[in-house]
Amino acid sequence: MERKIRVLVAKPGLDGHDRGAKVVARALRDAGMEVIYTGLHQTAEMVVDTAIQEDVDVVGLSLLSGAHMTLFVDVARLLKKKGLSDVIIVAGGIIPEEDIPKLKKEGITGVFGPGTHCDIIVDFIKKNVKR
Amino acid sequence: MNDIASKVLNGDQRSIARLITLAENNDPSATDAMKKIHPHTGNAHVIGITGVMGSGKSTLISELTRHYRKKGKSVGIIAIDPTSPFSGGALLGDRVRMMELGSDDKVFIRSMGTRGMLGGLTSAVYDVVEILDASGKDIVIVETVGVGQAEVDVIKIADTTLVIVVPGLGDSIQTLKAGVMEIADIYVVNKADRSGVEQTMAEVESLVDISCSGKDRKTPVLQTIAKKGEGISELVSEIENHFRYLEKTKEFEKQRRLRYEAELVEIIRKRLMNFIFDESTFKEKIEKLLDQISRKEVDPYTAAEEILGKILK
Amino acid sequence: MFDKKEIDQIKKKKSDWMENNYSQHTKKHPERRKKFENLSWNEIKQLYTPEDIAHLDYLKDIGFPGESPFLRGIHPNMHRGRLWTYRMFSGFGSAEETNKRYKYLLDHGETGLSVAFDYPTLYGYDTDHPMSRGEFGKCGVAISSLKDMEILFSGIPIDKVTTSMTINGPAAIVWGFYIANADNRGIDRRIIGGTIQNDILKEYIAQKSFIFPPEPSMRLIVDTFEFGSKELPRWNTISISGYHIREAGSTAVQELAFTLGDGIEYVRWAVKRGLNIDDFAPRLSFFFNAHNDFFEEIAKYRAARRIWAKELKKMGAKKPRSMLMRFHTQTAGCSLTVQQPEINIARVTMQALAAVIGGTQSLHTNSMDEALALPSEKAARIALRTQQIIAEESGVTNTVDPLGGSYYIEWLTDKMEEECYQYWDRVEQLGGVIPAIEKGFYQREIAHAAYKYQKEIDENKRSIVGVNKYKMDESTDIPILKMDEKGEQRQINRLNRLRKDRNKQKYERSINRLSKAAEGDENLMPYILDCVHAYATLGETCQVFRDVFGEYEEPLIY
Repeated sequence: MERKIRVLVAKPGLDGHDRGAKVVARALRDAGMEVIYTGLHQTAEMVVDTAIQEDVDVVGLSLLSGAHMTLFVDVARLLKKKGLSDVIIVAGGIIPEEDIPKLKKEGITGVFGPGTHCDIIVDFIKKNVKR
Repeated sequence: MNDIASKVLNGDQRSIARLITLAENNDPSATDAMKKIHPHTGNAHVIGITGVMGSGKSTLISELTRHYRKKGKSVGIIAIDPTSPFSGGALLGDRVRMMELGSDDKVFIRSMGTRGMLGGLTSAVYDVVEILDASGKDIVIVETVGVGQAEVDVIKIADTTLVIVVPGLGDSIQTLKAGVMEIADIYVVNKADRSGVEQTMAEVESLVDISCSGKDRKTPVLQTIAKKGEGISELVSEIENHFRYLEKTKEFEKQRRLRYEAELVEIIRKRLMNFIFDESTFKEKIEKLLDQISRKEVDPYTAAEEILGKILK
Repeated sequence: MFDKKEIDQIKKKKSDWMENNYSQHTKKHPERRKKFENLSWNEIKQLYTPEDIAHLDYLKDIGFPGESPFLRGIHPNMHRGRLWTYRMFSGFGSAEETNKRYKYLLDHGETGLSVAFDYPTLYGYDTDHPMSRGEFGKCGVAISSLKDMEILFSGIPIDKVTTSMTINGPAAIVWGFYIANADNRGIDRRIIGGTIQNDILKEYIAQKSFIFPPEPSMRLIVDTFEFGSKELPRWNTISISGYHIREAGSTAVQELAFTLGDGIEYVRWAVKRGLNIDDFAPRLSFFFNAHNDFFEEIAKYRAARRIWAKELKKMGAKKPRSMLMRFHTQTAGCSLTVQQPEINIARVTMQALAAVIGGTQSLHTNSMDEALALPSEKAARIALRTQQIIAEESGVTNTVDPLGGSYYIEWLTDKMEEECYQYWDRVEQLGGVIPAIEKGFYQREIAHAAYKYQKEIDENKRSIVGVNKYKMDESTDIPILKMDEKGEQRQINRLNRLRKDRNKQKYERSINRLSKAAEGDENLMPYILDCVHAYATLGETCQVFRDVFGEYEEPLIY
């Protein structure tokens, strides 16, 4: 009857800047999605365990500390290892343009940096969700 | 779907999660699996937890879970948050308090939105309790949306219902009086290190005196400081006491019967509503009737009788 | 402040002007918006006149710089006497790399140092801790031990230049590294100067790099006040911050109210301990944001000076030095864009100018590549030059408080002060600062303001050049800072060597004594310094506190 898009918004690693993650979480909620917000200091294992139990359609990762090439890739690889190939990964924060192709190769479908209109993220998710 | 049922019975997390999604979305493919797992249910002790926002429910659940895990029991947790009536979306944040627990493979945490259902639960909660039960969880905790007086549906589903209050929330006891306070099998005064705790204890205890007079069980009132882990083992004991009380007095069967009744009603309601409002046979008819009602040619009662007449024939 | 008869005449004339000249003109040339608001969503009128500030008394409410209420400035001659310190926040990779950058900046005219630490350091983890994975040196320099601090300041005259360190949870320990380094270099503790941010309340509210719960954190902070007032008289033991609160999305008024409110809370705790307010208050300092609304920012700094002076007097301060709201400013990182990054230079200039006119004692200007990566050398240099141009070429420092007496500025200063007190009332009702934090009051206000701001941008009600207006489709083509890939391994090797080479007994003894002292209520700084001198690492020392004090879990607020 009613199928909601379920999105996990996670902050991996030590970065404590959560303004963006919270704003995006609210925007997704306002767009009719169910958003599970994990809070700060998540390890890749915690993110993936949550993604499994909550059966999410989307994993959203937010990082402003520069550690994205390690931590986002950890999450992407672990999701793949656990067989969650139908989950799309989107990312935001401070991510230099030159790192984006590498992230995409690891399975991160969309990267939304500073100044991205929230509607763009919403539309991207709606269009790319796999189930 | 045969497959998913047996995987759930084996405790496979992905399958549990997937079946919950299917049941929540009223996907017809869930029905077979739900039928198959039902004979394997009935073993879990279902604990319902309700209380106003800020009463520390999530932290308390986290501590309870830690305790149960130390005793070797597996735990399923359903955390329910309100769905926005405007957007249909929800911010499900209770899990934040339990993040480390989720990585214990004997703990399963699922966040759910109310999706339009009043009463503090979601209509899929019965299914989810059955799924977690069938997957082998010893304890299933249902954390309701705790906002006030209408959130009493938890008693339909829980064997043991906990009502959490905190000192100093002003008139919290007064506002909760009508209905919510009376559903408790156990009262918990959390954040008991706050000022005003004596007064709160006194208010709750006097409520208990009145509502339990003449009954054979007096509802216990406990103090906890969840963030420090204090009072938790006593709470666990009382929960177990209550469960034994239910078994001894055969209240247990009555309670379970209430749950199955609520579950049956919910399944029928959903199927019926789905049939009437979503099946194309009736869609046109309903649109026409709505037009007529708007033009005052027909009243809502007559319209309903017409639709029901067609079904019941 | 004006003659009552004159005010009545002005009032009348203004009414006239509004009904006739202004209305007629506006009908033909409508205003660009229905409402003009500043960044605290306060409506701003088309014109301010003496009427708006008639209630003020120059001598009582405005006064003279260097005297109560210090509205116009904390010193009589302000920037005419001494320019603000050019203090560029920097740090990345290993201590060696950052040491090079510090020397570069000093060569180019920087007058004070400011250390940015990486996340593991901010959280009290050594580089080889599992939680440090991927984070080494990414957003600041990695400092895991006294050894690293020695390298960081090697060849830098710390007896002549002051150092500000942005560190909070483990601030006392990192301060210990700095002090111990000075000790080892034979520099008298009484002459070294600098600041540790050491402001845990705003961590709970906004920046989130807290470690321990409030009570033990406040204890550590008061320990530093006490120790500093006795042994390091030139050291600012706290930088009470609004910058991060603003970056998290608060309005200017909230930044003002929450920051000063935190300040008062620190004073309360120190006084409760038994410290004499005049012994520590002179070394309390502040740290504000310089955001986009030029005049609002200036009014904010002025209001802060007046409010702080009033409140400290109320709390019993007798020395004028105790009432001075001395502050460092950083231009708003969150206002800078990825799109067309060069134009960030214009934004930073505007913001820096507001800070200078507002009377800042010290300033960091962001680099144009702020939204892309850590500053490249060139970008940092341009940001530094921006300050130097303002100082040497703009003329704004020719007089003290040039906007004093402006009808708009005095009205806005007053308004912001009024709204600050309104926020304080609400916090009082919630039981005070720490109960309000635990109830999520600040976090909710900030999240709400952040969301409202973003919605305005998304709905095109607020223009951000390059983002939703004057957009361009070019890819950014500016050089991005590259860090030494081998730095992390070098750091880990250094840590391993340090743990092997140090005197094991000395180390274990100092750690045990620290642990015991942490459980009691003695001042922990001497014990921390013993650990530091025994080459205990940051992680090892911080773990003692984690074990004794526990870790803090924040309330869930969107």
